[in-house]
Amino acid sequence: MTNLKLTNVEKTYAGNINVLNDINLDIKTGELIVFVGPSGCGKSTLLRMIAGLETITSGDFTIDGVRMNDMPPAQRGIAMVFQSYALYPHMTVRDNMSFALKLAKKPQAEIDAAIDRVAATLQLTDYLDRLPKALSGGQRQRVAIGRSIVRDPKVYLFDEPLSNLDAALRVATRIEIAQLKESMPDSTMVYVTHDQVEAMTLASRIVVLANKGIAQVGTPLDLYERPENEFVAQFIGSPAMNLLSGTVEQTGEVTQVRVDHGGGSISANIPTRADMQGMSVNIGIRPEDMEPTTSDNYAFENVVEIAEALGEVTQVYFKRQTANANPVIAKLQGIHREVRGQTMRMTAEPGKVHLFADGQSLLYR
Amino acid sequence: MHPALQAIVTIIIGVGGCVGYFYFSNQFLDKVLFPARGPNAGRNITRANMIRPWLFLMPALLALGVYLAYPVVETLRLSLTERLPGGESQYVGLANYQQMFAEPKFWEAMRNNMMWLLVVPALSTVFGLLAAQLSDRVRWGNLAKSLIFMPMAISFVGAAVIWKLVYDARPVGQDQIGVLNALYMFFGGTEPKNWLTMIGPNNYLLMIVLVWIQTGFAMVILSAALRGIPEETVEAAIVDGANPFQVFFKIKVPQIMGTIVVVWTTITIVVLKVFDIVFAMTNGQWETQVLANYMYDKLFRANDWGVGSASAMIIMLLVSPILVWNVYNARKEMK
Amino acid sequence: MSNIAGTKSSLTWAVHLSLAALVLLWLFPTVGLLVSSFRTSDQIASTGWWKAMVPSEQNLTLRTGGAEDQVQKEGGFVIEGNLFGEPGDAVISVWGTSSRAISDYQAGETAELKDDATLTVQSNGDYQMQSPEEFTGKRGQRIFVTARTPPEFTLRNYKYVLFDPSNREGMAKAFFNTLTVTIPATIIPILVAAFAAYALAWMDFPGRALLIAAVVGLLVVPLQLALIPLLKLHNEIGIGKGYLGAWLAHTGFGLPLAIYLLRNYMVGLPRDIIENAKVDGATDFQIFTKIILPLSFPALASFAIFQFLWTWNDLLVALVFLIDSTGDTTVMTKQIVELLGTRGGNWEILATSAFVSIAVPLGVFFAMQKYLVRGLLAGSVK
Repeated sequence: MTNLKLTNVEKTYAGNINVLNDINLDIKTGELIVFVGPSGCGKSTLLRMIAGLETITSGDFTIDGVRMNDMPPAQRGIAMVFQSYALYPHMTVRDNMSFALKLAKKPQAEIDAAIDRVAATLQLTDYLDRLPKALSGGQRQRVAIGRSIVRDPKVYLFDEPLSNLDAALRVATRIEIAQLKESMPDSTMVYVTHDQVEAMTLASRIVVLANKGIAQVGTPLDLYERPENEFVAQFIGSPAMNLLSGTVEQTGEVTQVRVDHGGGSISANIPTRADMQGMSVNIGIRPEDMEPTTSDNYAFENVVEIAEALGEVTQVYFKRQTANANPVIAKLQGIHREVRGQTMRMTAEPGKVHLFADGQSLLYR
Repeated sequence: MHPALQAIVTIIIGVGGCVGYFYFSNQFLDKVLFPARGPNAGRNITRANMIRPWLFLMPALLALGVYLAYPVVETLRLSLTERLPGGESQYVGLANYQQMFAEPKFWEAMRNNMMWLLVVPALSTVFGLLAAQLSDRVRWGNLAKSLIFMPMAISFVGAAVIWKLVYDARPVGQDQIGVLNALYMFFGGTEPKNWLTMIGPNNYLLMIVLVWIQTGFAMVILSAALRGIPEETVEAAIVDGANPFQVFFKIKVPQIMGTIVVVWTTITIVVLKVFDIVFAMTNGQWETQVLANYMYDKLFRANDWGVGSASAMIIMLLVSPILVWNVYNARKEMK
Repeated sequence: MSNIAGTKSSLTWAVHLSLAALVLLWLFPTVGLLVSSFRTSDQIASTGWWKAMVPSEQNLTLRTGGAEDQVQKEGGFVIEGNLFGEPGDAVISVWGTSSRAISDYQAGETAELKDDATLTVQSNGDYQMQSPEEFTGKRGQRIFVTARTPPEFTLRNYKYVLFDPSNREGMAKAFFNTLTVTIPATIIPILVAAFAAYALAWMDFPGRALLIAAVVGLLVVPLQLALIPLLKLHNEIGIGKGYLGAWLAHTGFGLPLAIYLLRNYMVGLPRDIIENAKVDGATDFQIFTKIILPLSFPALASFAIFQFLWTWNDLLVALVFLIDSTGDTTVMTKQIVELLGTRGGNWEILATSAFVSIAVPLGVFFAMQKYLVRGLLAGSVK
């Protein structure tokens, strides 16, 4: 049983530079939690506070109910995999893997057994006597992971472990990590990345960090289908969700909204109260949910400025409604070069239309 | 005890003592003073970590304090006092400085030092830049660099002997064994010159020795800086039609100006402390006195600690602008 | 640059030539000393060292054997022998018996001396002096010869300077004294500085920035300032003049550079590795000994070379803190300065002594140049 709990955690540097505020998070045994967020949002800082590499300015951090704020890293029962792998360059793979166990004064036989077992799982047996510089990037990554497994920690911490690998290797290693997690159902993992594909594929729950706090916590599909706010809605998914300004036309179980600047009227499967009639909202539609239509239930009608045929899909950029509006993008299946210069009317299913007021989703009101 | 044996014992005691000190003081801190056990484990670890840096620093701070910081203060005090018979000393204000300023030898040393300050850094930097630029363009450049850099390893005293041979003079009619006189005679000189006693030129002949030593240093640093220049800027200039000299003076030199300043100041500091060359070659005779040798004369020949300390303070005063500048840069860099 | 089309080859030649000139100019003085150290004092005094490579024409003043060498043969007395001691490589072209007429006779000719004596000198130096009367002069006949001697080098100077026990100005003892000063004075500051550099690079404590600034400041404090206060201090605490004082002084004076170089290097080590070691459970002491020290080897080597060169070549610290009135602890630099004063004209001794003292640093220099350059760059390029 390993339960990590952060209560009102705050981080302030040099007395006045506040980077994290009021973080409350409960991580349960066996979860793989992924921290995502734009660069500088404090996701690595949060991980390093869990590791004990940064002090916690205020609030409490407990592992299984024991307060860890002042505990040095080595005594928290954690292992960490760094972005740069952080292999000791002057030690062989075997020495790298045994370093922590030797410091803990484990018997040599036990150390050897653990290393042989882990090396076999990670296919590192042939490389045990090499120095890190004689290994490929993927092998180094595996050594870094193996080094943490050998210690049999309660909690694994990963700090952007795949970002130094090339694209192909990144996918392969991601799958390896997923398999590793499955083979160790009781271990808890905390994983930091800026890559949303990693987050979506690996996480049991994702923590989106923004503006010094947590924007939303939820399963990957929760975040995709029911984002709590515009930030999460635009952060998850690529290209980002389109946001169009509009007003509520008709309230009820299904809400009808009219898009500004000469747009159409579209229905959304989001219940609204009668007092919300006439409210200004942002209508969110993911590019992949857009479809051309001829009906009257549509979001907007506009000229296609650019059509990027990517093979599998075509990304269509519409003319902006106003000069300073964001471009609106739709993703059409297949290749559609001919649409450039045409006027298209676009809509989406009511279940895939999101509504936000003051940045917050109406779904949670 | 035989000195060699004594040296070995010193190494063992010194190294063992240092390691032992560091090891046991850490052990003491972690095991006895603030053990990482019990109810206060977390707090104890934090406390131990607040003290530990000072354990690591202590021997160094002690040595720096006693051997560098304290002497600065003490020298300042000595320069304001006068030794009395019986080991006592008495505050005399600026009398030592007044006495020193009244001595022509002091002004001679100051004048010569200023010449050294102008000539040596300038020539070393120019030759170093030349050697760096030339050697980067030929295949045997590394060998050339190695050979120009070599005098760096030679002691000032060794260099003094080497150059005394170059400046050697034999009576008229004999074969000259000093290169300089041999060349002088070859090009039509009437009688060999005793170069080191020629007031005026002799100063420059001493400076050449230091230039010879320091050029390698300048070359190594400047060569690295030249290589650090983005290749594209040079290529862009060539495409723009710059000839090699324009590329060098208009593209490369401006980009390494910062490094040139560093080289210049580093050599300036060496020049301010120059002692061995003058001490070994002329000992300040024939108007070749410099501050460091003047100070040595006062301290150990005239036994006048007051004036000696005053002249040491003058050297300190001359390096302080560089000191301030370095500290300022270091602090800027850390932010 | 060499790949660029249309580069003029005349310029390339100019580059080669000017660089060659520069290198020769820089090498010439040292080679002079080296060559001179392998020549006899006569050779050094009579010709420039640059002529040592080619056969030289020398005017020598030699003597025949004295009266005690004569043997009585039919009809007179004969002294025979070789002017050079034994036939060597020298070839005599002309000779004479008076300093005013040194080229009166060709080799192989016979000269008439006073009292009916005759003298024949062969080109290889063999001579025969005959006289009907008994020779009386004790010192033999002076002969002025012009001889061509092939290049000749000798190790005699080195034997004399290093191994001759009767030579009171020999370098052997000074050599060992220098070594005795140098080794502890190199090792101890490295150790002390390494710990301090680690603290300044990787430990967090109030006043760290200030200490680093102080080290940078102390970097340029002139050694001269420290002489009297420390000499006084050494005398007061009973160290006086001697090895201990020299070691301590070198340690103190070397520390700022050592700390500065090592800290700069250690700061550049990847933070992740050190943090990983912390997560692995290493204490600061273990991180230092097991991770930082092995990884800092290049910086340690750089400083070691600096400190070695500096202590080996030092004169001032040795004069002030080491060498007492007995002179038992004299070092090579001091010895050479003495020789410059007392034996200023004896170039064979001077050149050889100087070369003995610069040989070790030169060896270190060529063997470890890579680290020296790296240290220089770390120490000054910002």
